[in-house]
Amino acid sequence: MTEPLLDISNLCKNFGALKATDNVSLDLRPGEIHALIGPNGAGKSTLIHQIAGTLQPSSGSIRFLGQDIGGLSMPERTQLGLGRTFQISSLALEFSALRNVMLALQARQGTSFRFFKPVMRDSSLTEPAHEILKRVGLDQRAGLPAGELSHGERRQLEIAIALALGSKAFLLDEPMAGMDQEGSKALTRFLDTLRHEAPILLVEHDMDAVFALADRISVLVYGRIIATGTVEQIRRDPEVRRAYLGEEA
Amino acid sequence: MQTQLRRETLVNAGLAVLLLAAPVLAVIANEPFYITLATRMAILALAAVGLNFILGLGGLVSFGHAAFFGIGGYAAGILATHAFNQEPLLFGLSGTNQMLAIWLVALVASALVALLIGLVSLRTAGVYFIMITLAFAQMIYYFAISWPAYGGEDGLSIYVRNAFPGVNTLDPMSFFLICYVLLMLFLGVFAVLRDSRFGAALQAARQNPVRLAAVGVDPFRIRLAAFVISGMITGLAGALFADLNRFVSPSMLSWHMSGELIVLIILGGTGRLFGPVAGAMLYIVFEYFLGGITERWQFFLGLILLAVVLFARGGLIGLLAGKVRHD
Repeated sequence: MTEPLLDISNLCKNFGALKATDNVSLDLRPGEIHALIGPNGAGKSTLIHQIAGTLQPSSGSIRFLGQDIGGLSMPERTQLGLGRTFQISSLALEFSALRNVMLALQARQGTSFRFFKPVMRDSSLTEPAHEILKRVGLDQRAGLPAGELSHGERRQLEIAIALALGSKAFLLDEPMAGMDQEGSKALTRFLDTLRHEAPILLVEHDMDAVFALADRISVLVYGRIIATGTVEQIRRDPEVRRAYLGEEA
Repeated sequence: MQTQLRRETLVNAGLAVLLLAAPVLAVIANEPFYITLATRMAILALAAVGLNFILGLGGLVSFGHAAFFGIGGYAAGILATHAFNQEPLLFGLSGTNQMLAIWLVALVASALVALLIGLVSLRTAGVYFIMITLAFAQMIYYFAISWPAYGGEDGLSIYVRNAFPGVNTLDPMSFFLICYVLLMLFLGVFAVLRDSRFGAALQAARQNPVRLAAVGVDPFRIRLAAFVISGMITGLAGALFADLNRFVSPSMLSWHMSGELIVLIILGGTGRLFGPVAGAMLYIVFEYFLGGITERWQFFLGLILLAVVLFARGGLIGLLAGKVRHD
């Protein structure tokens, strides 16, 4: 079996008496999409925050590329190759879509302490940024400030930024949230190709997308993972049906 | 976007010409006092260019930039005093009356102090940042007051304006030109930095620090570098201000001064290249002409400031050239 890129073991996060993350173990292997699902309030966001480095776990370990990243800050984790998108789009809203992607490119190159060359005349930034926007289907909107993009377009831009970072693993927090059906379908097709570039830990509410994409699914309920398995296994799992899918049946 | 860019360029060029024309006309009309007024405009504009860097581009309201302005001023005053009295300064080094050397000292001293203040204050944000920068500046202010060696509360006189190679600095017009050239030079520095990768990161830190951190850049380091650059420019302006007045006193370090610089920027246009120039020109015109009509001119300045904040958020530049548009 191939080594997992991301390996989370026995992770716990307590807020007072509340166990927001309760002994979670989870891994992400090369080439796969591992979906994390669960009802609202199950602790998905708390888990993502700990992996990305915005929250400190109470105990347990997070290893990425064989290295314990528990003590690293969010920028350091990104530099290591962990690219995330946000549940609620987090963009530099005054900058154009293009400049948002360019910012990620310069960050990846580690060149934010260059003081002279104007970025807009720097083809080592503008050209790859245009390429990436084309890949996510935003090239027509490159010059528009991120704040003037539609909700769905902002989601696409989030993905474009993660791509620009050249991440070795993607942490996608509800990329489909608030997208229309058309947009979700297009994004599903896109993510299907993205897994070959780097594996994806996908938190998503859109079950059609999850079932279409996921190689494995983990179900999180009250901070605990109650099941991990293939799409078929999860569909059949009685505990999952009761706790989660049952709500929809 | 193109036409809009051109419009701001035109407005900027207009302001640059206007600031240069004022003292030329004053020379022709034989009214040297107006040259001094224009020099004040140029120096305050330069100080505000420094503040505009961290406040306008970085979105951090420093309420302590008087610290750098005063440190630059005292650098000029102390060095000149030692040179005048022919007393050695430190470690056998003597003072100097050469502006170039004084500017260098002002830049280095401001940079060091900005580094120290920034290391502490930039850990915070919002109101806390405002308060901590204010607290640091006030500490330095009270230190200057209680330091008798250099005049304490009474300040320090510079008996002869410091010298610049090949220029008679005692001639008001020559001294104005020195200040004007430095202002234009640092406006150029501001523009280059704003458009660079560093400037992109700094502006991203203002718009969304979480986004910047998520792409792998620590906003703190970017802001710290910007704060140091910002303090240096304001410090240089302080050295010029001391030479203009041939006097430096703790008032250059007081929170009034910090507030004045913020007011200049808001009047002119926050984050805009020529915002500090427009702001300084407006401010001094108000101070002089309103001040000539009524002692309570600051009341009317307050009303104007209120109107700008409520109705013209881009300041004078925003009014003339429209909103900021990024590429």
